[in-house]
Amino acid sequence: MTTSMTMEGVTRRFGAVVALEDVTIRVGSGEVVAVVGPSGCGKSTLLELVCGLLEPDSGTVEGPPAVLMPQRDLLLPWLRALDNASLALRIGGLRPDEARARARPLFERLGLGGFEDARPHELSGGMRQRVAFARTLLAAKPLLCLDEPFGALDALTRSDLQGWLAGALAQEPRSVLLVTHDVEEAAVLADRILVLSPRPGRVVAELEVGAPRPRAPTDSAVLDARVGAMEALR
Amino acid sequence: MIRRLWPPLLVVVVGLAAWQLYVETGGVDDLVLASPSQIATALWDDRSLLLDNLWVTAQEVGFGVLIALVAGLVLAVAIDSFDVLRRALYPLLVGSQAVPLVILAPLLVYWFGFGILPKLLIIALICFFPVVVTTFDGLRAVDPDLRKLMRTLDAGRWQAFRLTELPAALPAALSGTRIAVAIAVIGAVLAEQSGSTSGLGHLMLQAIPNLDTPRAYAAVVVMALFAIVLFYALGVAERRLLSYRPESS
Repeated sequence: MTTSMTMEGVTRRFGAVVALEDVTIRVGSGEVVAVVGPSGCGKSTLLELVCGLLEPDSGTVEGPPAVLMPQRDLLLPWLRALDNASLALRIGGLRPDEARARARPLFERLGLGGFEDARPHELSGGMRQRVAFARTLLAAKPLLCLDEPFGALDALTRSDLQGWLAGALAQEPRSVLLVTHDVEEAAVLADRILVLSPRPGRVVAELEVGAPRPRAPTDSAVLDARVGAMEALR
Repeated sequence: MIRRLWPPLLVVVVGLAAWQLYVETGGVDDLVLASPSQIATALWDDRSLLLDNLWVTAQEVGFGVLIALVAGLVLAVAIDSFDVLRRALYPLLVGSQAVPLVILAPLLVYWFGFGILPKLLIIALICFFPVVVTTFDGLRAVDPDLRKLMRTLDAGRWQAFRLTELPAALPAALSGTRIAVAIAVIGAVLAEQSGSTSGLGHLMLQAIPNLDTPRAYAAVVVMALFAIVLFYALGVAERRLLSYRPESS
């Protein structure tokens, strides 16, 4: 597998607080890597480093352009769903109608057809997160950085959207770095799970989920990975 | 509609009746306070005079607010974009509101004469402040996470401004504009006090020493109606511009 992104021995401090210490992560091309850890272990910092929003104090980050999907959907309330999804195309210089036309096929493939003209406030939390994911895909970058994408959703919607995301990634294969505090989410979606320690964040375990995607939460490989990750977190 | 209209109408009718009675029973000299019927008569008799002068004042208000809007928006964007400018200018902007117009007006007349320009400047000076403050607050309130998102979507500074910050600050800027419009009318009266030959404020100030109290009050009524119309016209524009919002807000 060719390597997409390499983070090598990265340390990042905020004042006296060490958020990340000597963190090394590789994401292969087309691979989904999950990073799990307790709150405040520097997970969001990690993604901002990968996306080039922050510079490391030491160590290196090398890789292709990455796009961030933040925990909150951050849809623009004055834009309709399809216009929100096609925001990156507008930034790329397309006129609004061209951007809509280009975004429409993917929007429909992701099962969002019929909601093109909905305002964000008219959509449920789950639907808003799907539109936010469509916006992330349409940025057309090789690496997706997902920051607890379903963290704010209720449990039922969350497992529903995990299945949806697995299907979407099967259709639109990308390299993904997924940050989450939900071990089950990591085990269902990722090929590999990295466990971060509490502050300062360090990689304390690395687990392969030994089964092809898509997987169900009840698959034995998923259950094994969950047990392994939970032990590493303890 | 009628259900919604009758409470304010009732208040107005009762208020006017009490006022009329107060003046007619000799509670106050009608040189000091004109009765509603005298004002109504003056409104009708002086209608063309009032309309001509309203036109002058309306132009002053319209262009004055326009200058205030442009200056206010530019200043708000400037002090939001450059921290140095915020620290340098913000205290001065607040201070500018404390300078009494009686001090400033003669200077403006000395510089710019008795034409419309000094009036526009006085109105603009009063009105730009709420526009700057509300727009600046609106720009400040833009979610920092949204700024980060726009950066990872490769938005440049101008694109981020046009696609996110400007629309995000629009509701606040419109609120500021509504305040500006409401105070612009009184600004016009103040401006006309210092060297003018027409306008509702001028008409009013001339009528009082001539003991034509009903005409002065008629001018006040026209100004109040004008302010109300402007305020609600802007409200309609606001609802159209912000039609994306849920019905409840």
